Amino acid sequence: MSAAPCTLTAAEAAAAYRAGIFDAEMSVESALSRIAAHDPMLNAFTCITAARARASAAALDAARARGERLGPLAGATFAVKNLFDFAGEPTLAGSKINRERAPAKVDATLVTRLEAQGAILLGALNMGEYAYDFTGENAHYGASRNPHDPEHMTGGSSGGSGAAAAAGLVNLTLGSDTNGSIRVPSSFCGLFGLKPTYGRLSRAGSFPFVASLDHLGPMARSALDLALAYDAMQGEDEHDPAQARRPVEPASARLDQGIAGLRIAGAGGYFARGAAPEAFAAVDVVAHALGAGRSVELPEVHRARAAAYLITMAEGAALHHERIRTRPLDFDPDVRDRLIAGAMVPGAWVVKAQKLRRWFRDQVAQIFREVDVIIAPATPCRAPRIGQKTIVLDGVEMAVRPNMGLFTQPISFIGLPVVAAPVWTPGQRLPMAVQIIAAPWREDLALRVARWLEREGVAQAPVAQL
Amino acid sequence: MSVEMNDIEAVVETTAAAMGLNIPTVGKSVVVEHLTIAYAMAALVVDMPLEDEAEPAPVFTP
Repeated sequence: MSAAPCTLTAAEAAAAYRAGIFDAEMSVESALSRIAAHDPMLNAFTCITAARARASAAALDAARARGERLGPLAGATFAVKNLFDFAGEPTLAGSKINRERAPAKVDATLVTRLEAQGAILLGALNMGEYAYDFTGENAHYGASRNPHDPEHMTGGSSGGSGAAAAAGLVNLTLGSDTNGSIRVPSSFCGLFGLKPTYGRLSRAGSFPFVASLDHLGPMARSALDLALAYDAMQGEDEHDPAQARRPVEPASARLDQGIAGLRIAGAGGYFARGAAPEAFAAVDVVAHALGAGRSVELPEVHRARAAAYLITMAEGAALHHERIRTRPLDFDPDVRDRLIAGAMVPGAWVVKAQKLRRWFRDQVAQIFREVDVIIAPATPCRAPRIGQKTIVLDGVEMAVRPNMGLFTQPISFIGLPVVAAPVWTPGQRLPMAVQIIAAPWREDLALRVARWLEREGVAQAPVAQL
Repeated sequence: MSVEMNDIEAVVETTAAAMGLNIPTVGKSVVVEHLTIAYAMAALVVDMPLEDEAEPAPVFTP
């Protein structure tokens, strides 16, 4: 095999490992070598767990030699946004302040579950401070850079997760998504990204941002990898009080069932305006391929987004209130000033926003009686340049940082499962993803559609040419 | 909800003082900008007609 193991998809790496084409030590060393070569430019990693990875690889190789059962991700490498705990390191969540935290005593639940299926942890990834970010920029650790064009943003806040996966530094990454922080970097970096249903995957052992809206999920270079990782991470966890009590509902076994019989519609109204033409072109390509001629209009989406925005401001500010009061100069200024403003949001607005959330959920549930999957843009444009503060969309100049989530925010507001699927336009270096949105708990449908688009060549996530 | 920029500056000044928030000088205008956006967002939320009985999304289960 000529390709470095870390540049394969996770499924390919695991298949090659099972076949004895390489051992886990080679998988780890290929990742460490590629990280050493390219991460100084990409700035994806904030911590590399080489010793742990080598120990895991040795244990895995020994297990394989003994003929033990291998998990579906055995031999694949992964890394996590640095808001996931892993034992022995303080959980930074992109901040300078958290360097003072005690090292985590145990790993986050999702880290443990991926490792239980044979995946090997390579380290922690850069992110926007405290996850309040859509750019991938960070005043303390520097911006993560887009592997497809390093002058451009990765998107955030899971920026390092986007850069590491797109560059083939590891096979798979984990991110978090409160308002779009998996889907925005998936769009900018050309990755498949899964934001599961709110409450599906355990958040135990992750640093929070907005408890009402926080989700965790995988980012990868194939839809199959998303399904394998998602299946590996499902299951109840008594340590996450927000997790729904759902049975494990594996998606990978049904991934290749295709799209026959699925009722697929494009999202009209709010989702069909206010963006660059390429955003709608990507949706058109996908909708045409899927035969999704029908359009559905979600009601009052602009109000739903506004409500998500206010809940985010208020809960984010509440989480960090003491820190912004006592040590404001230790924050990234771009984050601090938003948190301070959030501290001034009246309670009446937040309670009304939470009422609107339930109302919007009920309205969209009605729509999902008529359709199975809805297609919408993931971001309003391709990745802006690093440092770019404003962008003109539909003739209106607006700030980049809060507005890259225009289309993701209303969807995560009501916790719907979404797969971001990357689409490339000939002649363009940078991709753009579409959101494949399903009803609550139907991750399997969104993943099936993404897989079909991948097999048909409509959506692809190639390793960046570095 | 129509609020003038001067009003929001005043809200920032007084709320910051009341809450013990010491806003760095360079950040003050940015805080005002963010709160201005919040007021615009709030107008969309507050104007939404919902019944008094409408249940907020989070439900605590004892």
